[in-house]
Amino acid sequence: MPKVTVENLSKVFGKKEEQALKLADQGKTKAEILKETGATLGVNNASFSVEQGEIFVIMGLSGSGKSTLVRLLNRLIEPSKGTVSIDGKNISQMDKDDLRNVRRKEMSMVFQNFGLFPQRTILENTEYGLEIQGMEKTERRQRAEKALDNAGLLAYKDQLPSQLSGGMQQRVGLARALANDPEILLMDEAFSALDPLIRREMQDELVEMQDKVNKTIIFITHDLNEALRIGDRIALMKDGEIVQIGTGEEILTNPANDYVEKFVEDVDRARVLTAENIMARPTVLKIKQDGPNVALRRMEQEGLSSMLVVDDSRKLYGYVTDEGIAVSVKRQEKTFDKVLRTDIPTVGRDTLVSDIFEVIQDASTPVAVVEDGKLLGIIVRSHVIAALAKDSEVSL
Amino acid sequence: MENSILDNIPKLPVAQYMENFMDYLTTVLKPLFDLIQSFSEVIMEGMTDLLLLVPPIFFIILIAAVCFFASGKKIGLAVFSIVGLLYVQNQGLWEDLMNTITLVIISSLVSVIIGVPLGILMAKSKWANTIVTPILDFMQTMPAFVYLIPAVAFFGIGMVPGVFASVIFALPPTVRFTNLGIRQVSGELVEAADSFGSTGSQKLFKVELPLAKSTIMAGVNQTVMLALSMVVIASMIGAPGLGSQVLSALQRAQVGTGFVSGLALVILAIIIDRLTQKFTK
Repeated sequence: MPKVTVENLSKVFGKKEEQALKLADQGKTKAEILKETGATLGVNNASFSVEQGEIFVIMGLSGSGKSTLVRLLNRLIEPSKGTVSIDGKNISQMDKDDLRNVRRKEMSMVFQNFGLFPQRTILENTEYGLEIQGMEKTERRQRAEKALDNAGLLAYKDQLPSQLSGGMQQRVGLARALANDPEILLMDEAFSALDPLIRREMQDELVEMQDKVNKTIIFITHDLNEALRIGDRIALMKDGEIVQIGTGEEILTNPANDYVEKFVEDVDRARVLTAENIMARPTVLKIKQDGPNVALRRMEQEGLSSMLVVDDSRKLYGYVTDEGIAVSVKRQEKTFDKVLRTDIPTVGRDTLVSDIFEVIQDASTPVAVVEDGKLLGIIVRSHVIAALAKDSEVSL
Repeated sequence: MENSILDNIPKLPVAQYMENFMDYLTTVLKPLFDLIQSFSEVIMEGMTDLLLLVPPIFFIILIAAVCFFASGKKIGLAVFSIVGLLYVQNQGLWEDLMNTITLVIISSLVSVIIGVPLGILMAKSKWANTIVTPILDFMQTMPAFVYLIPAVAFFGIGMVPGVFASVIFALPPTVRFTNLGIRQVSGELVEAADSFGSTGSQKLFKVELPLAKSTIMAGVNQTVMLALSMVVIASMIGAPGLGSQVLSALQRAQVGTGFVSGLALVILAIIIDRLTQKFTK
């Protein structure tokens, strides 16, 4: 039996609910219904089911009703019509107490802007779900600390959310949702507010976590690349309706209608990758703090033959090579200023991959991605080749 | 001038209606008002007596110490309060000051006790919001002197009707700011609280009130200052305190006495305002 089953779910915002639903059944469009009744059709007749342990992505552009749909699942928004069942239990018919129990035990939600309570510490945020269930303090602390530990954030437990970066805050949001040990996770554009590097990291972590804890995840996004990356199956929404459900492969190769096709084409155009899409997080040396010995040790440890040098505000100074550093260490210098080389090629974040390829072909070093003199990321030859290879795959 | 059709409508006896209504209230609810009157009288007089038991010098040191620590160990407000209060004591206004403090504290307390729950109710219920908003407008725009009449009718003269009139005058900011503070809590946080299965009161006490706190306290600060500004008006119906000194100076056209008591009120106002602001941060 599927974990979550949704049948004919509709939501109308506005007064003339019945009338709008009737018009929707007659096949009128969202715009026509708005004109005739003044009511907005948020979600129209959505039906799908999600299996235990699946990552189900609901994707659509803004205004397509995806955020409304996910809120209908835990009834943060009351459905106008249709049913939602979890393990065969009908959520839509539940009274307040039963619904509260489902929200406490069975489904947790992660929010786009993290939804952390600003006056509570990280630990207090994480234990919120357990606290309102009336769990004893020592026990809930223990469980919250464990959830934070799994997310690698235990050290920050006494800080306030505002003291953490966006990526860390969302890890807390996820840890808070997992502290309840729910079976279903609802994630509403959970990674959309994060910058691209952190975002990819979080996507990978989510998939990795999913392999371990095996939750059922319903993930909302407007980004097809994200959907393809994490989704087992994808539902594509437009104007409140689900236009296609399938694996990423099915959607890309066999678009159900013109809309999906156009969407996928758009993605292809977006696939014209830029530096930002393929850059990696660089390992760097700090010009003020680090000396030749630190440099040598870190190069050894991380198996690098060169490292970029920046200052505290991430302004790029140049790079050092292992050979240069070896000389510097031999001379017993305190800084690596003398072996610092500045002939590193740089590109902007919007540079196309094909252009980067030309730069990197003649360079003996990695290419730095900079903006206003500040280092954003690093690109090595294999990144570019992998990206070009993928590109040609898609166009085949 | 030409006779307009409007002149044919007889004048509505609104004043008469109101009078009848007040008479009715006064007769029917007399036992209740009497009870409130005597009960409150005891509390307020007791409070003033208690404040007067403390020797002025201790009181001044205590206030200065509170100012010192409340302002993060800065000396400015503490020095101001010492000088200011010494001045009040020097001018022989100490007992009046204590009476005024009682009036302000009791009025503010009653306003907060009524105002915060009312504000919460308004934030939660559209219906309550629709009903209470015009009443608040009425309370704030009706000239404060008008409240004195029913106050006297209900509670006679003295401190109790003074508090009654002050509460009506000072209540609206607390209600409005509480309402605003709770409505301002970000929708996502309310959703987060709901999505974890909070009950209504858990959501209120663990999420909404803590987040609305600074807004609510800004309202409370306004309420305290309005209560203080009612001191002179309330003295017209016999509320004792600095206000009655100002009033009698006014009636006898004594500029000097009026200035002395007025200045004492300003000093009290500044100390109370700065202190409540410090505590709300």
